Amino acid sequence: MDLLEYQGKQLFAKHGVPVPDGRYADTVPAAVEAAEEVGYPCVIKAQVRIGKRGKAGGIKIANDFDEARSHAEAILGMEIRGFTVHEVWVERASRIDAEYYTSIILDRSEKKLLVMLSRMGGMDVEEMAETDPSGLIKRHIEPAEEFTAEAARQISIDARIDEDASDQVAELLVKLHDVALAEDATLIEINPLIVTSDRKVVALDSKMTIDNSALYRHEELSELRDRSAEDPQEQMAKEKGLTYVKLGGNIGILGNGAGLCMSTLDVVAQAGGKPANFLDAGGGSKADAIVAALEVITSDENVNAILFNIFGGITRCDEIAKGIIEASERIDLDVPLVVRLDGTNSEEGLRLLAEAELPDLHLEKTMLGAAERVVEIASG
Amino acid sequence: MAIVVNEETKLVISGLTGREGTFHGLRNRSYGTDVVAGVTPGKGGQDVEGIPVYDKVAEAIAERDANTSMIFVPARFAAAAITEAIDAGVHTVIAITEGIPVYVMLGVYWKARDAGVRLIGPNCPGVLSPGKSNVGIIPAHFFDPGAIGVVSKSGTLTYQIGNELKQAGTGNSSIVGIGGDPIVGSDFIDVLALFEEDDETELIVMVGEIGGDAEERAADFIAEQVSKPVVAYIAGFTAPPGKQMGHAGAIISGSSGTAEAKKEALEARGVRVGRSPTESAQLAVEAMRAIA
Repeated sequence: MDLLEYQGKQLFAKHGVPVPDGRYADTVPAAVEAAEEVGYPCVIKAQVRIGKRGKAGGIKIANDFDEARSHAEAILGMEIRGFTVHEVWVERASRIDAEYYTSIILDRSEKKLLVMLSRMGGMDVEEMAETDPSGLIKRHIEPAEEFTAEAARQISIDARIDEDASDQVAELLVKLHDVALAEDATLIEINPLIVTSDRKVVALDSKMTIDNSALYRHEELSELRDRSAEDPQEQMAKEKGLTYVKLGGNIGILGNGAGLCMSTLDVVAQAGGKPANFLDAGGGSKADAIVAALEVITSDENVNAILFNIFGGITRCDEIAKGIIEASERIDLDVPLVVRLDGTNSEEGLRLLAEAELPDLHLEKTMLGAAERVVEIASG
Repeated sequence: MAIVVNEETKLVISGLTGREGTFHGLRNRSYGTDVVAGVTPGKGGQDVEGIPVYDKVAEAIAERDANTSMIFVPARFAAAAITEAIDAGVHTVIAITEGIPVYVMLGVYWKARDAGVRLIGPNCPGVLSPGKSNVGIIPAHFFDPGAIGVVSKSGTLTYQIGNELKQAGTGNSSIVGIGGDPIVGSDFIDVLALFEEDDETELIVMVGEIGGDAEERAADFIAEQVSKPVVAYIAGFTAPPGKQMGHAGAIISGSSGTAEAKKEALEARGVRVGRSPTESAQLAVEAMRAIA
């Protein structure tokens, strides 16, 4: 789960990582009140899970009450590359002397945490690695060792951080490591990490990813997750306990197993179609699960055909077929359904479906055949 | 020979008395796997259809010579169960459980490495060596004994490809599901190394997906250390960045972890990559015919 900037900053504050004084707001009056509280000049920042907000006009400085109001009006409700802004973070403006970059991420290949630090903040890390590879210090934390203040100081020295800020940066790195482990954050990035004109090191931004598998031990973060889905289908799927990702096309997809489902999207795209979603119906897909999945898929009004791609392993295709028949009795399906059943008991499953004579149901035996069929139907 | 599991596997199942543990444990036994014991704390002395249950893995080793452990306990207790099996002295642990926190797995990963224990998973379908042993949830009827080794991040995709291989008259030495979590005990390269050493394996099929760089590293490893032909399939070309596609590890971060990058890395090292599971299975069958 990706946290919004202000959610990350609240976790920073909890663990003693310095952040500017700020307030949350989701209406214009609340944003103006927040601005009055933190004082002018202040910064009004759109809270969306997408980068380069500033360039899109989602970050603005307000010098007085009127500016605070007009900026809040402009930002709340605006679209930033497909994301609608529902929330803003209003923060006391900082006087910036220097901009650094730091991050702590889980390095999946090395199976270690990786700390990165550079004195060139404000640009993205790929750009940084290209512009000045030697300036970006990367250091792994050995699994059996503590991340000591001394190790952090060495990183700070190697990155040629300004001398009077070096110890503050080192101290912050140690605290970020605490945040990562305590909050199950697999990615923490601060860009920029600033030195203020009175030489204080402060996290001006925050990007944080929390391990979904660890949410059970972070009750307050689980609550954030429930509010985080903006898309109505994703919200609905979450409530029904389904793994759904919206993709924006017109062909609804339902598969069993994450790998097969991803592969189905690819094969449909190769056949010239545009998948509307990823939906993994999981292992034992019985009628209830199929009904729930179809309800979510068909609530997306762009969908004009659905592909059901099932390879029965332990799941039996005859059970799936019974599920589809029952689902067709329980919900009103007004889009054509292409069903590919293969694997365990697929003959029996296909026979049951053929006998049921459901309207607008097309049976296929192979994945490629089914993909071509659904693309043909959807574009016809 | 085959890899990871074979005729010598003596399996102890942590979580045998649970619903899933019982269902799959008995399926594994009826396939011919030597399931010697189950472990559930507090249920020692009971049995599941004749399989004795112990309180501790160490007892199952002492009493029944177990050498391989399968983990079927819920996520919150799975790390402790893996650790217990490592400490008790099995040589292989296969963890089926999904949803273990990443940082918990990080500690378990290094513990297994330091102890020299082979860990497969978590969040994986297990390992099947057709005709010899099946440990996990892989439906064995799609696979015949043969010379193709399969290593995969995904369960259903593996069954799909296995079924096509079988219909084309080929079979498998072993099928290893390494799992779809960000941190898994064995990566592609660990399993590729085992297949390279295995007498029965003549060709390897690798099934990858978006996220991380295990496929890219496998490409380098194949170029340098694998003499046997490798055919690959990668899922997730249409996956958008930043979205988790079912598996916890299947996520494109920024511009890294894309299917395109993985395909390019593999092809640059001479590995043929199919555009669909069917095409990958066909490539494998062609390559097998070329060997024979």
